[in-house]
Amino acid sequence: MAVTSQPQAEPQKADLREPPSWRRTKNQIMTVLMVVAFALTMIPLGFVLVTVIAKGASVISWSFLTSSIPPNVLPANVGGMGPAIAGTLVITALATVIAVPLGILGAIYINEYGGKGILARVIGFMSDVMTGVPSIIMGLFIFTLWTLHFQYSGLGGAFALACLMLPIVIRSSEEMLKLVPDSLRQGAYALGATKARVTMTVVLPAALGGIVSGALLAVARAAGETAPLLFTIGIVTSVNWNVFSGANTSLPSQIFLNASQPYTGAQARGWGAALTLIVIAFIFMISARLVTARYARYSS
Amino acid sequence: MEQSEQDVVAKAEQNAAKEPLIRQPAAPVGTGNVIFDVRDMAVWYGSFKAVTDVTLPIYENEITAFIGSSGSGKSTVLRAFNRMNDLVPGARVDGEMYYRGANLYGSGVSPIAVRRRIGMVFQKPNPFPKSIYDNVAYGPRINGERNKKKLDEIVEQSLRAAALWDEVKNRLKMSGLSLSGGQAQRLCIARTIAVEPDVVLMDEPASALDPISTGAIEDLMKDLKSKYTIVIVTHNMQQATRVSDRTAFFYVLTDAKSDTRTGVLVEYGSTKQIFEDPRDSRTQAYVTGRMG
Repeated sequence: MAVTSQPQAEPQKADLREPPSWRRTKNQIMTVLMVVAFALTMIPLGFVLVTVIAKGASVISWSFLTSSIPPNVLPANVGGMGPAIAGTLVITALATVIAVPLGILGAIYINEYGGKGILARVIGFMSDVMTGVPSIIMGLFIFTLWTLHFQYSGLGGAFALACLMLPIVIRSSEEMLKLVPDSLRQGAYALGATKARVTMTVVLPAALGGIVSGALLAVARAAGETAPLLFTIGIVTSVNWNVFSGANTSLPSQIFLNASQPYTGAQARGWGAALTLIVIAFIFMISARLVTARYARYSS
Repeated sequence: MEQSEQDVVAKAEQNAAKEPLIRQPAAPVGTGNVIFDVRDMAVWYGSFKAVTDVTLPIYENEITAFIGSSGSGKSTVLRAFNRMNDLVPGARVDGEMYYRGANLYGSGVSPIAVRRRIGMVFQKPNPFPKSIYDNVAYGPRINGERNKKKLDEIVEQSLRAAALWDEVKNRLKMSGLSLSGGQAQRLCIARTIAVEPDVVLMDEPASALDPISTGAIEDLMKDLKSKYTIVIVTHNMQQATRVSDRTAFFYVLTDAKSDTRTGVLVEYGSTKQIFEDPRDSRTQAYVTGRMG
């Protein structure tokens, strides 16, 4: 069609501009909509961050991070959140130790061993159901099963958090294992490897980056949970490093308690705890990114 | 052009009905030992019969090529040799396959032990996401080799045998995924021969590679022939004539009634005979490029 039908004295330059059309307008509208949607989602996030930093940054100091929790009536410059930070760290760590290996093994079963079998499908379905269980129900579950018999302890809290983390770890690990190409498994089988060895030495390392970052996201999520801890760990005002016995406390529990106090000192310490918690979650997220990037060169 | 091609195919189909399904036994060439003895073998995937009536001996220290159009069951037969079909749910092998006198599908035969003796190189290079060194050392390690010095030696020898050593000797720690397609395929060959197998099966090893890499792989196969027995599936007939001693031609039989397609072995003989003096009209149509 476009072949020149008449010889021209001067060849005309091709017009490569997009002609105005509905298609072009639609494209522009969509671009604007997406920018607006992005801005809207950033507004609440921005407000949260600005508020927490504005109200919490002033109380943060080394002594705030390490001191015991003072009586609520005392002003903001007294005491700190040491026990809550210690509690959050040890309880989350213990929950991670319980949930991550279990979740990864579950995912390996579903993806590598279960196939289309009934058990694998049941586990997959159950973990989806578990994802939807409200965290306070998990707290009550552990409360009736554990806390009623063994008193408040960090361990009970760790169990409750582990229940919350488990389905997230199972599903995210499963997705990562699915991404490992079958050609790698076949390559290993062709060398005479057993199934267990193929899984441990080829499949798992190939998926490790994604699995670790999924697990860290679950950890960050669990570190911020309040409800499951309310019934299971109790509350203390001095550091309890023993996660297996005695009541404990955590940053989310303290934020909840302090926020409902009428005293400005306690409220300020609550904001400080909120900022500390955000920073801890942020550190987990960054680690997740770094780990993913570290392994990205293998998974391309 | 189109018309004549169809004629040839139609004629071949017609002749297929008159001619015996398989021309056996194949004219013997050379006096090598039979390493695989396959008799009346068929492979099923569930209720689908993928390939049937395969009877052929494979000879030691030779390169045997499987040619034929897509769906004719070449790869399926190849994968039956080291029981890779076991990994496909519902796959079943009928008939008999003997490897050095032992029934490959006999009771008590471990597919793991089979695959340690009969290695495989795949169509798409599949280096593990590990370092070049660890890729080659993977096989020896699963066989229990822990001695660092011994592993170093095996890695160097295998990479030299795969004609890759000079290109990678200074970057053994780098990921196997950083290699180009041709290099990655040679790495996979090095990985396969590092366990010192008896047989190397190759499933279209050069189909994803450029002509220069293909040439390198072909030269490599000729070198490896003195130590290993090689069976190669290829779509490239020039490749079959260049490297192989014997050629087996597979063909798809279409059953119009049940709408199923089943592969059969049509002709097996020395590569020279298959390409210069094929006895079956379908083989002739295929090797002369008029069909398939």
